[in-house]
Amino acid sequence: MTKVYTKSHEWAEANGDIITVGISHHAQAQLGDVVFVELPAIGKKVPQGADTAVVESVKAASEIYAPIAGEVVEVNQAIADTPSIVNQDPLGAGWFFRLKASDESQLNQLMSEADYKAFVGE
Amino acid sequence: MAAMSQPEPVLAKTPLYDLHVAAGAKIVPFAGYQMPLQYQGILAEHEQCRTRAALFDVSHMGQIRFTGEGLPAFFERLSPSDILSLASHHMRYTVMCHDKGGIIDDIMILHRGEDILVVVNAACRAKDWAHIQQHLPRSIKAEFLETQGLLALQGPDAKTVMARLAPDVLSLSFMQGMWASINGIQCYVTRSGYTGEDGFEVSVAAEDASTLAQTLLQEQEVAWAGLGARDTLRLEAGLCLYGHDMNDATTPIEASLGWVMGKRRKTEGGFIGDSEILRQLRDGAPQKRLGFRVDGNRAVREGMTLENEAGASVGHITSGSLAPTLGYPVAMGYVHADHVSNTTFYVTIRGQRILLTKVAMPFRPAQYVK
Repeated sequence: MTKVYTKSHEWAEANGDIITVGISHHAQAQLGDVVFVELPAIGKKVPQGADTAVVESVKAASEIYAPIAGEVVEVNQAIADTPSIVNQDPLGAGWFFRLKASDESQLNQLMSEADYKAFVGE
Repeated sequence: MAAMSQPEPVLAKTPLYDLHVAAGAKIVPFAGYQMPLQYQGILAEHEQCRTRAALFDVSHMGQIRFTGEGLPAFFERLSPSDILSLASHHMRYTVMCHDKGGIIDDIMILHRGEDILVVVNAACRAKDWAHIQQHLPRSIKAEFLETQGLLALQGPDAKTVMARLAPDVLSLSFMQGMWASINGIQCYVTRSGYTGEDGFEVSVAAEDASTLAQTLLQEQEVAWAGLGARDTLRLEAGLCLYGHDMNDATTPIEASLGWVMGKRRKTEGGFIGDSEILRQLRDGAPQKRLGFRVDGNRAVREGMTLENEAGASVGHITSGSLAPTLGYPVAMGYVHADHVSNTTFYVTIRGQRILLTKVAMPFRPAQYVK
């Protein structure tokens, strides 16, 4: 299972038709200390690109967009309780929500890890 | 033909810029300067200030030196504070107002015996200078110290550090100052700051600023802190940020800064803007800056509307964020006169109604050594 990335700095990782979504290491570094997250309701249906969650640093709030269309089936309560996990482990324990994909092929539109790293100039 | 892009404005650097870069700071543009927003992170730097000693580069702020005849009377014209009683080697926090009573800037006035040093906000440098020039009598000379450095060492360990480096300054009380020598560097030290902590601000020549900073950083209690932490610290301490919590359109009375005015000034006036300010003291102000404790853990932000129980708009937020030491969000905002006596307010974010409770400021008690 490999991660693919959006231009808005989300990552998506597929396990069958369940897609886990989080933000990139670059995004958490740009945000600074995360102090609040707003997670979507279970059952919410989102089109690709819809703002689905919110991540707030000390200084500002940012939207997290659905990398692909789907239905929210699970959210990560751990980061709601301890937002700093997003900074500490953005690619693992810092995941935000899981979607049941309505069209898995949308993942093919997203960037590979290598392409994303080039995109952010790493 | 390709479109021509606007040239980027050239940003200035303080004398400490290279040190910030070497320390891994995230540099951002601020008031025409390239400034460090953070180094390790805002929360860590905020805690550093509250528990040990944080070093801030505030050299972007303007320092203006005044000499000549009639200085107290001149400053009593510019500010609604009691300057006649400002003694040598003492400083005062005050404001300058324009003729409609609105605040041009909040400033520190420091009497240093043979001169007066005024510290102004970086973003207001040009505006303040123009206002000063407009009212400056022939008997007074004003000199903008363009390259002068300013460092702020803030926190409970600031005095521990100074006890080693410049023990004389330990004799200073809050808002007092003295000429001092730190590691052979001549500088003017005040026991003051804008974080709510005990600490010192050091005015130093540009060529000595880097050495002075490095001298302080060599002390184990000291670490850099940036503008991000500076903002959370001052908010938690209930201190205003010009351009946000007050501006040209707010009088000191509306801004709840009437306390900077002496009793004599409140009766006699005699300062620019006195007409409207004295009227507000007599008849009441149309709005007031209040402080709020925010329920839950989501911050309310500048620009958000304040609502009453019924959902009507009664004001707006001017500053808001998590108060890291307190562990909950706090905010400042303006409320229309009719609703100032309420204690319960609301802000709606993305359909979620957040409760705000009016509280007295500072949100966290100050730690000044008086």
